[in-house]
This record gives sequence, structure tokens and C-alpha cells, in this order.
Amino acid sequence: MSGRSRQYGGVIPALGIALLLVTLASIRWGAVPIALSDMRSALGLALSGGGDALSLDQRIFLEIRLPRAILTALVGASLGVGGALMQALFRNPIVEPGLVGTSAGAAFGAALYFVMGAALKVHMGSWALPIAACTGGALSTWMVFRLSGAHTAGRTSVVALLLTGIAINALFMSGVGFLSYIARDPQARSITFWNLGTLSGANWSAVAIVGASTILCVAASLRYAQPLNALMLGEEEAGYLGVDVRRLKAVVLLVNVVLVAVATAFTGVIAFVGLVVPHLLRMLRGADNRFLIIGGALLGGVLLGLADMVARLLIAPAELPIGIVTSVVGVPVFLFLLRQRRYYF
Amino acid sequence: MLTGTDLSFSIEHARLLDGVSVTFEPGKLSLVIGPNGAGKSTLVKVLSRQLEPQSGVVRYDDRPLAGWSERDLARARAVLSQNVELAFPLRVWEVVLMGRYPHFTGAPGAADERACEEAMRYFDVLDWGARNYLTLSGGERQRVQFARVMAQIWDSTPGAHRWLLLDEPLTFLDIRYQFDFLRRIRELLNAGDLVVMGVVHDLNLAARFADHLVILSHGRVMASGAPAEVLQADTVEAAFGIRPTVQRGEAGGIHLLFE
Repeated sequence: MSGRSRQYGGVIPALGIALLLVTLASIRWGAVPIALSDMRSALGLALSGGGDALSLDQRIFLEIRLPRAILTALVGASLGVGGALMQALFRNPIVEPGLVGTSAGAAFGAALYFVMGAALKVHMGSWALPIAACTGGALSTWMVFRLSGAHTAGRTSVVALLLTGIAINALFMSGVGFLSYIARDPQARSITFWNLGTLSGANWSAVAIVGASTILCVAASLRYAQPLNALMLGEEEAGYLGVDVRRLKAVVLLVNVVLVAVATAFTGVIAFVGLVVPHLLRMLRGADNRFLIIGGALLGGVLLGLADMVARLLIAPAELPIGIVTSVVGVPVFLFLLRQRRYYF
Repeated sequence: MLTGTDLSFSIEHARLLDGVSVTFEPGKLSLVIGPNGAGKSTLVKVLSRQLEPQSGVVRYDDRPLAGWSERDLARARAVLSQNVELAFPLRVWEVVLMGRYPHFTGAPGAADERACEEAMRYFDVLDWGARNYLTLSGGERQRVQFARVMAQIWDSTPGAHRWLLLDEPLTFLDIRYQFDFLRRIRELLNAGDLVVMGVVHDLNLAARFADHLVILSHGRVMASGAPAEVLQADTVEAAFGIRPTVQRGEAGGIHLLFE
């Protein structure tokens, strides 16, 4: 029985260190490299209230790089944990956090903002985009639940939920397609960029909001790690182990919607991170959900941090949408994982 | 003691249980048989609170099911179904440890580890602890599942009972495993505080091992009692639609032959 600590040991601390290093590296390198001494002195100045005396490099560090690096880690964590939660809940390894329609709805909300905002010629402030995206994400998720009958039946039919999710995703993505078709050129470009995900909008208020959502949701997820493990045996068996399966599903889905909608609202749709992260962890050590949640938060941050560096550095000073990087790297990784027969049998 | 009184359960227009009253006593192996669609699985689900009956009461000892919290019930009552599909690759010890989930949150205590170890030893799976559950054969997996459900209710509490409900857990196993498991379950009954209620398909297996036999047909109890009383040719024919020749051995054993 003492195999447990041996089985899961080592990975979490290693990922923690990797996350620190990646975050530091993505602060250090960009279109302009920032010296470590500048980082230290900028932090010192900012904390002592001497913000006026900052040099250009120091300002880049404080106002662009640092919030962006932290936001990247938080969004990566949200996606990694969301993926772990959804795969556990659906008892299915090919599920990703956007499955119940959340990210497609968020994309639609954002596209609507880009097109309508310009058409109405109103400036709605920097909050309008996240609010539009969150509303869209919540709406589409709600529709998936209404239409799948998940709210009425005593027991949620996972298959119904899955298929309804696919349908609603398609519906909202066609809405996004329609909006980009009627959009004028710059709006269409915004929509495209946003659909592929970007962290270029990072600022401290985004960090605060995504940070609060990530921390609360990860803490909540950890409380449900054990019942989610029991769910691996099936819904009935979990019930026999004293798990209130209905409540578990409701809470975990809610947590996932908040994670995905809030992260998507600030960064757009970032593919494949939520899908690949739990797989990698299961291959590394095992399928225990506490390990997948903590590890998923860290590994999600690491992978998205690396992807963001590639996105920023590959064609610097311009940058790629990060979703392109995560897909280009994620697809082959995913296909490779699927070929590892010894993993699933 | 586990009793169901006047249990009825319908889904849409099908009456799966129609006024079923049953009593299962501690220290005895009680088996339920019946043709397909007789309501055997429904009975297990109603008794275990997986399904809510439209009428009737289930009592664990004298306490109606409504008076049990999920956790208290899960600490005293374990259920094993015929085919547990594991969604992800887990080690065998992780699967068995799940049986202890009603007893701990976070890290398992010493009592949990000991219960798992003893249950694993009892079903001869202790050596497989680090193996991937998904690499095991069907019979091996079911041994692990038996260890899991027994780990859940491993420890006796003075003055209290433990309940084990089995929903055709032997169906996919070959004859050697079927005998092996039923022998082990019988041996566990010697503790005296364990109530075992099981659904089995094989009539001769039921005849060989049961202390108490219930025949269910069309959602009703057709016969209930010792195997020798219950397994009459007429009763079996009425329930299953095929007439056996009943052979009675010298030691009171019964054998049904079908032609």
C-alpha cells in the first residue's frame, strides 16, 4: 500500500520548478530582453511607490511582461484543470473543457462584441469584451444543459450531454462564422485573432480576475478529487461509495464553466491544452484526480508559457495567435499519445 | 437484517417490482434467482437506494433507508455489480482503496490501509497491488472488485451489521471462479454480522451454496425459503418456463437437470 507516495512522488515539485523557470524565461525574453537587474529594481521601485522613475525596460517588465507571464500561467492552469475535471466527469479521455459549449459560446459573444460594437459606434470600455464572452459562454452552456435534459432527469445522461454539446458548439461556431463573414476587415481580423487565442491583452486587472477564478476553482476541484476518483468505477458504483453523483456533476460542471468562461473571456479560445495536459500526467504517473488537478494546474501553466514564448518570439516583433502554436504542437503530441497502446489497452 | 416490505417499482408502464417483500438475515447466504426481466437487478437497486421505489419500505436493521445518510450507509453496506468498467488506468491498490472512500477524506488512515491489505489478501490479490487494473483478465478484475467491496465493510462494529449486496457478480466468470467466490463469501459469513444478498443466474450454483433462496418472477416473489423447499419442479417451471428433473442427493443437496 505504500506504493502511493512512490507512484505519484516527484512530479509535482518538478512541475512547480518548471513553471517558475518558464514564467521567468517568458518575462526575460521577448521583442526586448529584460535584464534581471531591471526586474529587481523595477519591483523595488514599484513597491516603494517610486513608479514615476521607471525606465522604459522597467515599464515593459511591470506593465506588459509580468502580467502577461502570470496571466499565461493562470489561463494554462485553468485549461489544464478544466480538462482534468471534464475527463473525469465524462469518464472519457478524449473530452476537453470546451465540450459543454462554453468556449464556443464565449467566442460567439466576443465576435458579437467586435461586430456590433463597431456597428453601433459606441465605445464600451475595456470590460465589454470579457463580459460579452462570459455571457456567451454561460448562455451556450445553459443551452446545452436545457436541451440535453440534464436539468430534469434525476441522472444526467453523459451521452446526451456530449452530443448536445457537439451540436451547440457547431451552432455557435457557425454564428461566429456568420459574424466574421459580414464583418468589415479589421473586425474580422479581431475575430480571427480572438478565436485562435491571444494573451496580448494581458493587464493587471485580467490577472486579478482570472487569478481569483483559478484559485477558487482549483481549491473547489481538489475537494471533489476523491469523489471524482470514485466516479471512475461508474455512476452507480460511486453512489454505493456514498458519493452524491448528481451534486458532484452539478458542482464540477459549474466549476469548469467558470474556469473556461473566465479564461476564454480574456484570452480567446486556446485549443488542445485542456485535452493534452491530463493525458500527459496520466502517462507520467497515474490517473488519481488529486494528482491530475494539482499537476494539471502546473503543467497547463508550463505548456502555455512555452507556447506563448514561441508565439511571441517566432516572428518578433509581431506575434502569432497562441492557439496556432498550441494546435500545431498539441495535435502531434495528442496523436502520439493515442498510439501509446500500453497506456489505455 | 435487511428487509424490503411491499416494494413496488415501475418505470413507464412496466411494473418491475410488484409488492415484493423479502427478508435477508445475517450469517446466511441469501440468493435471488429468476428469469430475465423478473426484477432481480431492480430489487438490488431498490434495496441499495440506487432507485427509489414508488411504494414500500427498505429497512437496514430497524432503520428505514430514509433514516440513513449516504455516508453511514456506504460505511456499512457495499454493492458489487456484474461488470465494473474502469474508465482510466489505475493500479490495483488504488481501486481497492476506493472501497475505503466512505471512511476517509484525503489521506487514508492506518485502519484503511489495513482493511485494504486484509481484503486483498483474502481474495489473493495482494501481490498485484502495483499492477495496472486494465491489464487484468475478467476473473482477475472481479477478484479485485470483491476485495474493494469487502474492504469497504471489512471491519465489524459490535452490535451492528454489515451488508453485502451482489448483483450477478459471477455472470462473466468461469465455473472455477464462481465456486471460489461463493466459498469465500460463505466463509466470511462465519463472522455472524454480515448480511449477504446476491443475485445469481445459475440455478445449480444457487442450490449448491444458498442458505436461503428467493425466486422472483414478473416482479413478484414466487417462492422463498430453503433451497430444498423452493426448488420444486413445478415452481421452477412456472418461473422459468422450462421443467427440470430435480435430483436430491443424500446430504440434502439438490441438482436440477434440464433437457
